[in-house]
Amino acid sequence: MSDGRDGVPEETADGEDATADGGHAATTPSTHTVRLELVDEPGQLLAALHPIAENGGNLLSIYHERGNKTPRGRIPVEVDFEATQERFEGIVEALRSEGVNVMQAGTERYAEEVTILLFGHLIDTDLSDTLSQIEACESASVADVSLAAPQGTEEVSSARLRLEARAGETEAALTAVRELAAEKDLRLVEPLTGVEA
Amino acid sequence: MRLAVVGAGAVGRSVVDLAGEYGHEVVAVADSSSAVVADGTDGRDAGVDPDAVVARKAERGIVGDGDPADALAADYDALVEATPTTLGDAEPGFSHVRTALERDRHAVLANKGPVAERFGDLRALVNDSDGEIRFEATVGGAIPAVSTVEDIEPGHVTAVRGVLNGTANFILTRMAAEGLDYEHVLAEAQDLGVAEADPSFDVDGTDAALKCVILANVLSFGAADDPADAREFTLDDADVSGIRDVPGSALRLAAEDGRTVRLIGEATGETVRVAPRLVPENGTLAVSGTQNIVQIETTHAGRLNISGRGAGGPETASAVLGDVGRLE
Repeated sequence: MSDGRDGVPEETADGEDATADGGHAATTPSTHTVRLELVDEPGQLLAALHPIAENGGNLLSIYHERGNKTPRGRIPVEVDFEATQERFEGIVEALRSEGVNVMQAGTERYAEEVTILLFGHLIDTDLSDTLSQIEACESASVADVSLAAPQGTEEVSSARLRLEARAGETEAALTAVRELAAEKDLRLVEPLTGVEA
Repeated sequence: MRLAVVGAGAVGRSVVDLAGEYGHEVVAVADSSSAVVADGTDGRDAGVDPDAVVARKAERGIVGDGDPADALAADYDALVEATPTTLGDAEPGFSHVRTALERDRHAVLANKGPVAERFGDLRALVNDSDGEIRFEATVGGAIPAVSTVEDIEPGHVTAVRGVLNGTANFILTRMAAEGLDYEHVLAEAQDLGVAEADPSFDVDGTDAALKCVILANVLSFGAADDPADAREFTLDDADVSGIRDVPGSALRLAAEDGRTVRLIGEATGETVRVAPRLVPENGTLAVSGTQNIVQIETTHAGRLNISGRGAGGPETASAVLGDVGRLE
């Protein structure tokens, strides 16, 4: 078995989605939303916008929720901007290094979350490849992986995957995973989407 | 109503036992090899003695000294078809129902075979008969799934889903709670009488699929303006996977994330699907043990949930006798 298998889920969990395999959205700008937490002092908003503009983000809108307070008594601000995936990551980094608290850095690309289980000979069928193939499908990205192989890697093992799908593309993502599972003779346990209440 | 009960398993015996409480009279009982028919020739209403039938079945394995055909020919208002479910041509259950309808009598089914495999044939027989069929007991035991869908009107129901097999649900519940593997929990379920010696019908999803096929037929035929346009479903139309190979590790991973796995059946007027699915651990559909739940999605009334006992003699008999009441 591959020596590196223990690392597999963790690596993927950090989601090198766009860059690792030549990424679907690495070069085309898409809309991103960051939710920031600002101290209620003059100049704070401007200071927070600088790193975005300076790192190649194209500002689209700023929603300054002056009436609201975060649990820490600060003011939440939502900023929409356009950037490539690579630049987006640089922007979030720059914001954080400027001391701006980034509460949420999401992108419009992945609007829906869906959790699935896979089981079968996950290791023998190359889990790493399975995850890459899911990544390669245009609809979803793998956000988190947990693996359980209580009987060793040559027996049946299970994995829980959290996928982030583009808005409205959860079904397409599930179809892709379904086909992949059938191809590799893995069993897929799908969620009941749209039903959870 | 005067009832002829065909099939003397747990459900048939319970119907015989409880019919009187519901104001009905059992005039004939048959199992696969014998029958007893009330002697009403002297003009008196004399039903069969339920205790005697149940005792004879327990002691001698037969219900009486007559031929099973005698029960089908008896003077009843409704035939209760409670023989074991068979697939394909759904015999002999289908012929029992046909006999009743051809005699312009009603038929109440607890046997899933004819409604799941030959719904169109049954509808055709009903069209030519003064008798009607009802089959509440075929879906979800005591749970009024079919009649609720009918009350809402199938045209206003977009989907019916749920946990429809207590054995599979018991196994998944125990696996998740105890961290045990399938084989271990299956053996326990067999000891408790929750699972059969051959559990295939339950754990492979066939039983749940038959129930969903029946619901799909109710939705499809109920929503069609002309029954000729309705799509008929059989087991072959169902996309089915069971729980036999679900490893304990998968349930543990689900639990870590606040979820669990249930064998969920879904029926619409277009599709039937049964598969293990991830559901929230404390969600509505995650019923425990042998409980069943039916969830009905409606266009104007939101979602309805009905949970309860999906199997058992008296439970299923209560659905049968409820149907008999609707035929009065």
